[in-house]
Amino acid sequence: MNTHYTPVAKSLHWLMALMIFGLLALGFYMSDLPLSPDKLQLYSWHKWAGVTVFVLVWLRLAWRITHRPPPMSAGMYGAVKLAAIAGHWMLYVFMVIIPLTGWLMSSAKGFQTVWFGVLPIPDLIGKDKALGRSLAELHSALNVGFLLLIVVHALAAFMHHFVHKDDTLRRMLPRSSKP
Amino acid sequence: MNFLNKTFALAITTLALYAHAAPYQAIVPAKSSVTFSYKQMGVAIDGRFKKFAAQVNFDPAKAEAGKASFDVELASVDAGSSEADDEVVTKSWFNAAAFPKASFVAKQFKQTAPNQYEVTGSLSIKGQTRDVKFPMKHTAQGKDGVLTGSFTLKRGDFNIGEGMWAKFDVVANDIQVNFSLTAQSSK
Repeated sequence: MNTHYTPVAKSLHWLMALMIFGLLALGFYMSDLPLSPDKLQLYSWHKWAGVTVFVLVWLRLAWRITHRPPPMSAGMYGAVKLAAIAGHWMLYVFMVIIPLTGWLMSSAKGFQTVWFGVLPIPDLIGKDKALGRSLAELHSALNVGFLLLIVVHALAAFMHHFVHKDDTLRRMLPRSSKP
Repeated sequence: MNFLNKTFALAITTLALYAHAAPYQAIVPAKSSVTFSYKQMGVAIDGRFKKFAAQVNFDPAKAEAGKASFDVELASVDAGSSEADDEVVTKSWFNAAAFPKASFVAKQFKQTAPNQYEVTGSLSIKGQTRDVKFPMKHTAQGKDGVLTGSFTLKRGDFNIGEGMWAKFDVVANDIQVNFSLTAQSSK
């Protein structure tokens, strides 16, 4: 039985983890900055990275659905197992709707997103200042929720590894490593 | 009946001739717009000015004799977002407190084709004056007429965006200005 995630799943997980850390940090930092060219540049970078995550999460979901992950540790049953399953799907939900709200709020605020300054992403909604503000609040609230869930996710992984001493974390690490 | 028709047709023609003969002497602000667009990190952003005034004496049939001057109230800017509106009136951009108006004075109207003109004039913003030249189109709308055109200015020529904004990598140098003015013959 396979005891590891596929290399593709691992790469997507860690690449997206890095990007999401960067996006979260940048997002919270840049929104309080006074207006400057640097701020506008950071916003553009944040949007480009966000669109990239939005593309990657669909690839990842497609991969996840077509490639069965390794089984959970035998110690997982009942409510804990359900919580683990629900938690992971919630992470996917956040990864889809957070970039989506970012994209929509950009459009509502009247700033089209142009991926890497080259590829314009269509505006799904027209300019609407009030809607833009609501979407911005939603985007930020969702990110607080996402951040909390990521903390829970990481704590759970450490708990499996260091407390229960099972293979849960190892399934997502490179095969050669023996931590 | 035939007589009536003819009279009616004659009346219309007379009216049309009369309307055409009168040069435009004012613009209708409610039916006119001054907009602009620029690029920020490669993203096109639209803005407009809500307040402007013009002094016009322009006869499409005698363009060469035309006269026009145009003032835009810079503080009436809508630069795409409230944050940008607050920013763009400050010292580094328009410095609207010291230079409240942008003005354009036409020096020459040259007809290039029916209802097409080439306009030359000087544009003054923030104490800087530059010559501009652009095509203008005229469309008759009953007694009124709509004058449309656009030109591109370099914000650097007018010190719009100084200091940290002086580089063009985030906010591009080219600003396209578009106007659509409804002109009427009575003041």
